[in-house]
Amino acid sequence: METAPKPGKDVPPKKDKLQTKRKKPRRYWEEETVPTTAGASPGPPRNKKNRELRPQRPKNAYILKKSRISKKPQVPKKPREWKNPESQRGLSGAQDPFPGPAPVPVEVVQKFCGIDKSRKLPHSKAKTRSRLEVAEAEEEETSIKAARSELLLAEEPGFLEGEDGEDTAKICQADIVEAVDIASAAKHFDLNLRQFGPYRLNYSRTGRHLAFGGRRGHVAALDWVTKKLMCEINVMEAVRDIRFLHSEALPAVAQNRWLHIYDNQGIELHCIRRCDRVTRLEFLPFHFLLATASETGFLTYLDVSVGKIVAALNARAGRLDVMSQNPYNAVIHLGHSNGTVSLWSPAMKEPLAKILCHRGGVRAVAVDSTGTYMATSGLDHQLKIFDLRGTYQPLSTRTLPHGAGHLAFSQRGLLVAGMGDVVNIWAGQGKASPPSLEQPYLTHRLSGPVHGLQFCPFEDVLGVGHTGGITSMLVPGAGEPNFDGLESNPYRSRKQRQEWEVKALLEKVPAELICLDPRALAKVDVISLEQGKKEQIERLGYDPQAKAPFQPKPKQKGRSSTASLVKRKRKVMDEEHRDKVRQSLQQQHHKEAKAKPTGARPSALDRFVR
Amino acid sequence: MTANRLAESLLALSQQEELADLPKDYLLSESEDEGDNDGERKHQKLLEAISSLDGKNRRKLAERSEASLKVSEFNVSSEGSGEKLVLADLLEPVKTSSSLATVKKQLSRVKSKKTVELPLNKEEIERIHREVAFNKTAQVLSKWDPVVLKNRQAEQLVFPLEKEEPAIAPIEHVLSGWKARTPLEQEIFNLLHKNKQPVTDPLLTPVEKASLRAMSLEEAKMRRAELQRARALQSYYEAKARREKKIKSKKYHKVVKKGKAKKALKEFEQLRKVNPAAALEELEKIEKARMMERMSLKHQNSGKWAKSKAIMAKYDLEARQAMQEQLSKNKELTQKLQVASESEEEEGGTEDVEELLVPDVVNEVQMNADGPNPWMLRSCTSDTKEAATQEDPEQLPELEAHGVSESEGEERPVAEEEILLREFEERRSLRKRSELSQDAEPAGSQETKDSGSQEVLSELRVLSQKLKENHQSRKQKASSEGTIPQVQREEPAPEEEEPLLLQRPERVQTLEELEELGKEECFQNKELPRPVLEGQQSERTPNNRPDAPKEKKKKEQMIDLQNLLTTQSPSVKSLAVPTIEELLSLVSSQEDEEERNHRQMIKEAFAGDDVIRDFLKEKREAVEASKPKDVDLTLPGWGEWGGVGLKPSAKKRRRFLIKAPEGPPRKDKNLPNVIINEKRNIHAAAHQVRVLPYPFTHHWQFERTIQTPIGSTWNTQRAFQKLTTPKVVTKPGHIINPIKAEDVGYRSSSRSDLSVIQRNPKRITTRHKKQLKKCSVD
Repeated sequence: METAPKPGKDVPPKKDKLQTKRKKPRRYWEEETVPTTAGASPGPPRNKKNRELRPQRPKNAYILKKSRISKKPQVPKKPREWKNPESQRGLSGAQDPFPGPAPVPVEVVQKFCGIDKSRKLPHSKAKTRSRLEVAEAEEEETSIKAARSELLLAEEPGFLEGEDGEDTAKICQADIVEAVDIASAAKHFDLNLRQFGPYRLNYSRTGRHLAFGGRRGHVAALDWVTKKLMCEINVMEAVRDIRFLHSEALPAVAQNRWLHIYDNQGIELHCIRRCDRVTRLEFLPFHFLLATASETGFLTYLDVSVGKIVAALNARAGRLDVMSQNPYNAVIHLGHSNGTVSLWSPAMKEPLAKILCHRGGVRAVAVDSTGTYMATSGLDHQLKIFDLRGTYQPLSTRTLPHGAGHLAFSQRGLLVAGMGDVVNIWAGQGKASPPSLEQPYLTHRLSGPVHGLQFCPFEDVLGVGHTGGITSMLVPGAGEPNFDGLESNPYRSRKQRQEWEVKALLEKVPAELICLDPRALAKVDVISLEQGKKEQIERLGYDPQAKAPFQPKPKQKGRSSTASLVKRKRKVMDEEHRDKVRQSLQQQHHKEAKAKPTGARPSALDRFVR
Repeated sequence: MTANRLAESLLALSQQEELADLPKDYLLSESEDEGDNDGERKHQKLLEAISSLDGKNRRKLAERSEASLKVSEFNVSSEGSGEKLVLADLLEPVKTSSSLATVKKQLSRVKSKKTVELPLNKEEIERIHREVAFNKTAQVLSKWDPVVLKNRQAEQLVFPLEKEEPAIAPIEHVLSGWKARTPLEQEIFNLLHKNKQPVTDPLLTPVEKASLRAMSLEEAKMRRAELQRARALQSYYEAKARREKKIKSKKYHKVVKKGKAKKALKEFEQLRKVNPAAALEELEKIEKARMMERMSLKHQNSGKWAKSKAIMAKYDLEARQAMQEQLSKNKELTQKLQVASESEEEEGGTEDVEELLVPDVVNEVQMNADGPNPWMLRSCTSDTKEAATQEDPEQLPELEAHGVSESEGEERPVAEEEILLREFEERRSLRKRSELSQDAEPAGSQETKDSGSQEVLSELRVLSQKLKENHQSRKQKASSEGTIPQVQREEPAPEEEEPLLLQRPERVQTLEELEELGKEECFQNKELPRPVLEGQQSERTPNNRPDAPKEKKKKEQMIDLQNLLTTQSPSVKSLAVPTIEELLSLVSSQEDEEERNHRQMIKEAFAGDDVIRDFLKEKREAVEASKPKDVDLTLPGWGEWGGVGLKPSAKKRRRFLIKAPEGPPRKDKNLPNVIINEKRNIHAAAHQVRVLPYPFTHHWQFERTIQTPIGSTWNTQRAFQKLTTPKVVTKPGHIINPIKAEDVGYRSSSRSDLSVIQRNPKRITTRHKKQLKKCSVD
């Protein structure tokens, strides 16, 4: 395996391990552009042309400035009270000009609020109300704390911006590599592996390691940042797909017959014969499930922590070779030849949902990291982006000349499509917006047809596997700039990894909890609740929670005669009855109103219509 | 006193004399006329009886009837005197004697005394004791209630409860206890003390403080006088206001009010000149007042005053005027304010309609993703309607071919024309757009146009004109938005030709030059974002838009969808009109053969299978399967003839059919391209909460308390620690003593009892009452 850097570039030596911090290409451009904009150094013409950089937005400062006028009253920490109020002032007599904790902007706090306050609660007793208040106060406090800790996310995403009117898609990799610093430029490389056919590839969850497998049996794993090879073997069998399990030490390889699991030395650990003729692999990291789609039409979930097959579901749709996972809720999306995409969970024998996406078969599916958008491409040469938030309707569609065979979303919502030997990348406006398919953000041509695509997590890098080997492209703004050191730390040591492994195993989510709405666990099982209530009523013979019938209070001075008591009782009963009737009438009105408004106003001539 | 006694004795004496005289008289009268007397008495009696009938005097004392033959000292009759005989009178001697007084006293005492009640039995006594004891203990214990409540509500309890004061003292206090030791320190402090410089709180020296506090006598006097004046003025003003308020004259108040209004207006005028911003605010206030008045319906003729005036109005001119005034005021108030920008909005609206010409075809996808979800908005009903009508006709040919609907066959040509028309509209709108944007484009790309394309286009034009004529005859059938495209259609055709041709090469390029692919595509998309796609779709996949008619009625929708999706008719394709795509493929001669073949191949491959129909079928099955089933309880042959070929009557079947309750609407009811599984995930449900914990009565309340995640994955470390703090913490190695009254702040038990009673007297009294009631019942 040889590394083939771009010709004409002074390749940085592989030894540069000095990357204590992740670096975005942008920063170094900035350094570079300062002289160019000043006109001090006449850079290469290409550079001059298309580098126009926004000044670095001081994000945190902005937030701070805004927070001074934030409307929300902060819960100020009560200053410690001393007997002598004057002694609050310090020794120097100076007072804190900004007493209390620093205010936090409301929007950021809102982002972390989990309680859905849109629903109005029924009237609650004092005790319940106090509990609710406590919960709300707690939530607010935690969200304020979370908002405050956002200050620690110092890194900013990279971006690429053309001069006015200039198309970023015209900027080729060579330009970018030329512009960025050496360490980032080293992330762009080509592996010329023409011998073992088209390659599939997979980055580990930390984004540090890369595994790839050629169709003709070549399997390798490496620390791609340092280009240190972990293992390289030939399995002497066709390799359909390759995927890292929870850590970089365990790559799973879907081979011609069975599924094999190797370790980082290339030693075969397991051969799973229950999963045969596997075409695609997906790993659900929080559930420790390896989902395999097979030629036989089965979707199998293998729990890698205990080595048991959790579920083997028959999709009843023929050969399965299009699969992706929804990172938001761990639902598996399968694309079928009849143009549908089906959503699967190991808890259900049938698909959770089926969406008709294309006229022809589905060629590729990808879901973005927030679980909001799904991109599909079909044999009808169309690329569609669907909204997954309950509507499942296409938001944008685009017809591509060749149709996309492979799709992938980056962490920040960039969409890449592999069409023949060309990769197109589209970007959206912000992180939460779908990529706009109007104008590609970047394009790149490879030496062979694309066979596998994945964005590297936490890096602005796109890995492309093709017939000619592996290409690592630089895509500014693709990766999440800030990583969670406890969750997926690219710089973790072996010990840290082991520690993390234990913790992750302890926090493993049961497989049956996979469903479309991952927040369902925070809801009460209403059906069982009502069933239980019914049973209780049957058992007791009465409803213990029923409202007691109205009992008129005894009154004095002869007003408590039987007749008046009965009268009062009747009054209350009548009132209740009236309420009921009113409600039912309202419902009827609603129904009628719903039924009516279709069509235009009735015309007088309608009576002659036959 | 003595005189009284004398009088009494005299009275007694005279009575005795009378008594002595009586017998004589009686004897006399008896001897005179016995029979006469007897009859008279009877008559008297009768009269009395009659008079006593009317109830009031019924309780008159019956006259003593038996005659006393002898008058003796042992036989007393009180006849004639009309008084009741009182025991005391009998005892009273003629002369007061002391021996009888004691007896009298005793008698009166006997009279006044009641009988002594029986002592209570043992159980009752015990019960009362218990009650009293209970009340007492309850009172004693209730002093702990607030403490218990506080401890229950506390976020965290740390045992042992008594807390040591934190040892941190303010630095000033520390300093005060600190002594200078080293000579240098001592020297410094000496210096400081000499100047009375504050050591701890270095703000002001005592001298400074004193000087600040001091105030000259004159100043103080002046200030006092000022204050006095202000106070006096205030009191005057208050008195005046009170007086004025007391005036009952309505007229006076009216005049005052009017005056105030005038003054306000004047002030406002002035303010407007001086300070327009403040005036604006003022105006807003006035407007608000007006609104309030308007809201209050004060000037409606429904008030008490207005009603009375209405009655009076017939006779009284003034009342009539007042009424009129009131009404005019009401009118003025309730008048709707004219919004100035209305006309502008209207103009904007018309512009919008014009703008809509193009986008009405663009109903496929929504571009601005940052807006609210477009699929929930039902704004583009017109578009979808059109789409539906567009697709409707297409289905017809096949339907006919299947021999299903002969009746609709006659409409078929119409439908076909409509399809064509619509396609033309699309194309035209497309061209219009490209016209706009492609002005800047180099004309060199025109070279690509070839004769074949021209032919096709001319052919199309002829066709369209034909159709136009047809269409106009059927104008009334066209919908409102259909008319707009028509206007468009009537535009001169030749000039539209070029733009179409202009935009052709881009497609070619996209296939040819992959290097510039991205740029080219963006170009194409910018200019004709939707129409191209739409056109392609409407042709290639006439029913690939299953979501288009989703705005229709639900039931109809399914049927419609199904019908229009069953089309996919080759007959439509074989029509003489080539679609945009074919057109393009025809036109672009530069497009390489390979690509075209490829596309053709795809088209052929998909010609057979109808994905959408299959999907709809599947969906229908799924919906059917998920519906609750009706239960049919009819027994054939019961109450009527049964046997082969005989069915129970419809009436009976209806009667014994138990309809299943309609479940909630399906989630995918309005999403024709989606099947959502409605089955419950029981495995996941096993992890959910299924019993509501104590204070909650509704599951929404409980859900709100568990919605925030607790784990460290979702929270900052501090928040996580706070959320997971244990409720009770015990310090190891410390003795946890039971709580004492002194700890909580109660001093002695008796005192605290009292205070408790005073604090919640209601509770205790009610308890008392209840117990008392119980006792009385027992």
